[in-house]
Amino acid sequence: MTAITLNSINKRFGPVHVLKDISLEFNKGEFVVLVGPSGCGKSTLLRMIAGLEPVSAGDMIFGDTRVNDLEPRDRDIAMVFQSYALYPHMDVERNLGFSLELRKRAAAEKKERTSHAAGILGLDKLLDRFPRALSGGQRQRVAMGRAIVRDPQIFLFDEPLSNLDAALRIEMRIEIAKLHRRLGTTMVYVTHDQVEAMTLADRIVVMNAGQVEQVGTPLDLYSNPANLFVAGFLGSPKMNFVAYDDPALNLPSALTNPSAQTYGIRPEHIKVTAPDKNAHLVGTIDVVERLGSDTIFYINHGADKPFVVRVPGIDRTAIGEKIGCQFQPEDLHLFDQDGQAISEHKNG
Amino acid sequence: MTMAQTSSSGNGRGRPLKRFQWLIEPYLYLSPAIILIALVMLVPLVVGVSYAFQAIDLLDPFTTGWVGLANFEKLWADRLFWKALTNTFWWTLGSLFFQFFLGLGLALLLNKPFAGRGLVQGLVFLPWAVPAFLSGLNWAWLFNPIIGPIPHWLAAMGIMEKPQNILANPDLALWGPIVANIWFGIPFFAITLLAALQSIPRDLYEAAAIDGASLWQSFIKITVPFLAPTIAITVMLRTIWIANFADLIYIMTGGGPANSTHIISSYIFTTAFRRLDFGYASTLAIALLVLLLAYAMLILKMRKHLVKGI
Amino acid sequence: MQKTAFPLGATLRYLAIALYVLFALFPIYWLIKIAVTPDRLIYTEGTQIWPSTFTLDNFVSVLFLTDFLVYFKNSMIVSLGTAFFTTLVATAAGYAFSRFHFRGKAIIIALMLITQMFPLLMIIAPIYKIMAGLRLLDSLTGLIIVYTAFNVPFATFLMQGFFDGIPKDLEEAAMIDGCTRFTALRKVIFPLTLPGLAATLGFIFTAAWSELLFALMLINSDDKMTFPVGLKTFVSKFAVDWGQMMAAGTLALIPSCLFFILIQRFLVKGLTAGAVKG
Ligand SMILES: Nc1ncnc2c1ncn2[C@@H]1O[C@H](COP(=O)(O)OP(=O)(O)O)[C@@H](O)[C@H]1O
Ligand SMILES: [Mg+2]
Repeated sequence: MTAITLNSINKRFGPVHVLKDISLEFNKGEFVVLVGPSGCGKSTLLRMIAGLEPVSAGDMIFGDTRVNDLEPRDRDIAMVFQSYALYPHMDVERNLGFSLELRKRAAAEKKERTSHAAGILGLDKLLDRFPRALSGGQRQRVAMGRAIVRDPQIFLFDEPLSNLDAALRIEMRIEIAKLHRRLGTTMVYVTHDQVEAMTLADRIVVMNAGQVEQVGTPLDLYSNPANLFVAGFLGSPKMNFVAYDDPALNLPSALTNPSAQTYGIRPEHIKVTAPDKNAHLVGTIDVVERLGSDTIFYINHGADKPFVVRVPGIDRTAIGEKIGCQFQPEDLHLFDQDGQAISEHKNG
Repeated sequence: MTMAQTSSSGNGRGRPLKRFQWLIEPYLYLSPAIILIALVMLVPLVVGVSYAFQAIDLLDPFTTGWVGLANFEKLWADRLFWKALTNTFWWTLGSLFFQFFLGLGLALLLNKPFAGRGLVQGLVFLPWAVPAFLSGLNWAWLFNPIIGPIPHWLAAMGIMEKPQNILANPDLALWGPIVANIWFGIPFFAITLLAALQSIPRDLYEAAAIDGASLWQSFIKITVPFLAPTIAITVMLRTIWIANFADLIYIMTGGGPANSTHIISSYIFTTAFRRLDFGYASTLAIALLVLLLAYAMLILKMRKHLVKGI
Repeated sequence: MQKTAFPLGATLRYLAIALYVLFALFPIYWLIKIAVTPDRLIYTEGTQIWPSTFTLDNFVSVLFLTDFLVYFKNSMIVSLGTAFFTTLVATAAGYAFSRFHFRGKAIIIALMLITQMFPLLMIIAPIYKIMAGLRLLDSLTGLIIVYTAFNVPFATFLMQGFFDGIPKDLEEAAMIDGCTRFTALRKVIFPLTLPGLAATLGFIFTAAWSELLFALMLINSDDKMTFPVGLKTFVSKFAVDWGQMMAAGTLALIPSCLFFILIQRFLVKGLTAGAVKG
């Protein structure tokens, strides 16, 4: 069953057309991640779902109710803000229970639900602290706790982890994943971090410049990106793109396609070989990064961007050496002159 | 899903209503302010302008009606007006110059923490809270050789031959209200500039210090550019305010001796309040308004320049 | 480096601070000094720093033998009324400026700025006539209305600054939690602007407490006079009695100075952007 339906949603700020004809369906209980570069309109879309921004045109439907004209408080949603938006003049307990206070719930119920949420997030000992006396991670937990107490139909997150340090970010990411499994509530999560998107999402919506580029499961998007933008956005290091007429490229005719303008290959899908005529691409190593678990080569093959290769383990090949690269046919992505993926090749 | 029915039936009406609410809501919050300002300030302003072209003299109720530019011709020939204009210039410049630099000095002193800063800040800002008429009376005392110490100090320092009241000397009298005004106005500049100083990020100074800037250099290269926009606006508003500020002169000298200390605004007040000649008072006010507008334009132009320059 | 610079630099700094404090306080001190000088010594010891004997007679006679208490009460009514209504109106307007984008905003802001530019004395004559037409001459209500209008533009800009310092996220979070815009204002924004409200109230109170020229123009009966106007009449009524007048002045200083000392911190904070951050 669908939880949220977006029907040709448009958003204009005065003359600026920020979101163009967005149509999406989110299923009940699904964890959907909206991902895209900064400024592409993710937050705006999320805020329209929350009811904080009016919809310029189109229908916003929860279940089978059109909610365009509903106030945020009537939408049965909870939202975790990037800035956490904790009420500075209330202690943690009151922050958590504020929504129940507004709905005039009995003190006993309030107590029970706040302590339940505090228990889930390990906030029991902080209940009488004020936000200014909390660390970043603790504030983040309170913000999530506030959403949990609500027990809403839909959870909304706007880059909730981007103010945390790297270690805490991973910890909280796992916590959010657990939370989703435990509550089973529909969650819409905005981020510009593709790792968060890949690890958390049931389905990812990739956005760019106010439009949806592609929707799918993380692995689907990884293996079958619909266009150059999605292919380049997901995956780290980024997918390599090589022009069809690049002199360094030496593909056997079985792998080529006459309408392909660009060939894409992920760094982790490349086999390093001798720089002989069997190699599909030849170049010189410019930079080497040894991460321990992997080694990353940046190869100069005559184009302005280096060609990136990732091999597992520690590889001792040195800077300045000439190497060859080989690809498996199923790992090669072909894009036409409009940047759209050519899919027959895959099927064939 | 009980909401389904209500919303589908309300579909047509719901949206325009919502949009209407979105448009109207800010005006709901603003309307008391707008109505009040329009009725008490903007309408009288228009009426006031029209007075300048009429004869409205409550002491002479028989000659009324439109008189064209007669009031302006009178203005042109009025020696007192020209004297008041010169005085306005010196009054404003003298007050502003000292208020600004002494206020800046005070703000810089208060911007660094020291023991008892809170108390000192409370005390040095106190003159601002003293009602203007009281400051006026009080300073009139201080300048009076019979009951005030200042003439005696001036005489002791050799600045004055013998203790005299400068308020009684047509050549010096304007300086009495100016001193009182400086005393009264330093806190305003200090408060505004202190607020601006405190909003300059600390790490800018640290970065400059690491780059080898001296105290003076970081003042000139960081503090001044950061303060410049605030300074331009504050100076402009204060100039206008001071030029319009007649209370001290009215209390301390009443425009005397021999009408030597009237500024335009105190002249306006005397004309309206003492002579009840509203027509001529409005003519004087328009002359002042035109001058101030020209001045404000100039400053705003300069500010644009300044802001661009940074 | 700082240690070696300490003696000379710090001494100069403290000296400068001391001079400022002295300059600020001396006239106020002189006011009080004259108030406590016995009448017979006012001229003979007029220029001495402290009189040889001192007395509270002036305060007693001001309080019990003059209309001082009436003036004081009138000024209190006018100043508190003005402060209250101005803050109320300016809070609403400042909130609208801070939180909404709407058509006509620039025009309204421009109009408000204009009211800060023209000589208020320019409208003293029209206001006199309008107030006469509304039968609000010689009434404290009329004075409160006029003062409120005069102070609303500045107070609005002040309040807007305070609201701008409160992150918008907070009231959005509150609206999702179940508030209407108005309850969000009341339960979340309002408690956080309390320092701002205090600063605005105090600032306007002080301004209204001091105003002289419009009060002179609009008030003429003895029992309606505000403090500045009443004190002006002391000059003619008690022409020789400096001591009483200064005693009255000293008493009049108390409310505005108290208010001001309480709020001046908030004022500096409020003008510094982003005063309220969790
Ligand atoms: N209130 C607003 N007024 C005008 N433009 C806005 C407003 N809010 C956002 N925008 C613009 O809309 C675009 C999308 O913003 P946003 O949704 O915040 O992007 P994201 O969250 O993807 O980084 C940006 O170009 C931004 O400048
Ligand atoms: Mg965003």
